[in-house]
Amino acid sequence: MLSVSHLTCQRGERVLFRDLSFALPASQWLQVAGSNGAGKTSLLRILAGLSEPAEGQVTWKGRRLREDRAAFHADLLYLGHQGALKEELTPLENLTLGLGMEGFSPGEEAAAEALGRFGLQGREQLPTRYLSAGQRRRVLLCRLMLRPAPLWILDEPFTALDVHAVGVLSRLIERHLASGGSAVLTSHQAMPLPPGLSVTL
Amino acid sequence: MNGAFAPFRQAVRRDLLLAARHKTEVITALFFFVIVVNLLPLGIGPDQDLLRKIAPGALWIGALLATLLGLQRLFAPDHQDGTLEQMALSPQPFTLLIAGKIMAHWLVSGLPVVMVAPLLGVQFDLPGRSLAILTLSLLLGTPILSLIGAVGAALTLGVRGSGVLLSLLILPLYIPALIFGAGAVEADLAGLGIEGHFSLLGALLLACIVFAPWVTTVALRVALE
Repeated sequence: MLSVSHLTCQRGERVLFRDLSFALPASQWLQVAGSNGAGKTSLLRILAGLSEPAEGQVTWKGRRLREDRAAFHADLLYLGHQGALKEELTPLENLTLGLGMEGFSPGEEAAAEALGRFGLQGREQLPTRYLSAGQRRRVLLCRLMLRPAPLWILDEPFTALDVHAVGVLSRLIERHLASGGSAVLTSHQAMPLPPGLSVTL
Repeated sequence: MNGAFAPFRQAVRRDLLLAARHKTEVITALFFFVIVVNLLPLGIGPDQDLLRKIAPGALWIGALLATLLGLQRLFAPDHQDGTLEQMALSPQPFTLLIAGKIMAHWLVSGLPVVMVAPLLGVQFDLPGRSLAILTLSLLLGTPILSLIGAVGAALTLGVRGSGVLLSLLILPLYIPALIFGAGAVEADLAGLGIEGHFSLLGALLLACIVFAPWVTTVALRVALE
């Protein structure tokens, strides 16, 4: 379970949010809402352990993030804005090398199958720079199928996706929740998911 | 052993594959080295004694500058596209992944320099024994350049005008490697032993292998905040 108590985030002089507390139990998802620049991405980065909050603390399974970074990161799948795609590598290489650095070796077949499920069959060997924004996003989302992790933190996962991909992604998230996982998402649109918790910044 | 170093090998493999897709960058650094070192005999003229004397220094300075050329791109692209973030969030030790990146940088920018150094040394009329010593000193010394350079690249990551700052920060730190590396050949020509120079170069390399990846990681975590 992910829990946050009395979190304050400060960027320079500006306080983005103050005294934020919530808990995210297993099988639940949390929507982080708020206008542009409200601090949604900053919150996600704090939750992922990439940056430190000005005040307050984040705990995962009752332990503070800093106590055991490796164990927390083994449980975490984080997809940020940029998502670490290399333009000069093919989608297949991007997936296998990226996951390889995290200590997972899904194998080329599994990676190709995941790409296929997101409608990218036939493009596995094409350099990523030839893919559209939506297709790049889908390559990233394939990580959700290939790397098991109980906690997903996804920054605007539905951006740039077409109807088919939105369907695949929401089914993935539903299955993740049904199997006891939890997820934190930001989005500006209404999400095609069963009702979850929400936090507004 | 094998398992513990898996992230290191993965990072090396990934960066080498990326370098293979960016052949021009690799070739540019190597050509830069060849041209810089070639300009000196052209500028100084055919005075064999003088050329023989400046050869070690010329090759070493060429190696320093060639290393510097690739350093700016060691972390910047990975920072821009979020790869560094994913590395920092990996359950694998961040330091090992970064050590892998530094190793790949040396394989791509340092090793080619070491391999062409004997050829360029011939231009300076260096005798065979001096050529061997020079090449060996570069083999020990170029990893030091990559390791110290990585610290500088991490510290200047995301800073505007980082290229100039990086040079100002790093070049003074290269002085010990330059002195002992280039000095080894001169010591041999003067009839003094080379053991002292090589021992110091080796000690410097070991210290860098232990500390540089760790310091780089700390600097990168700050840059990612």
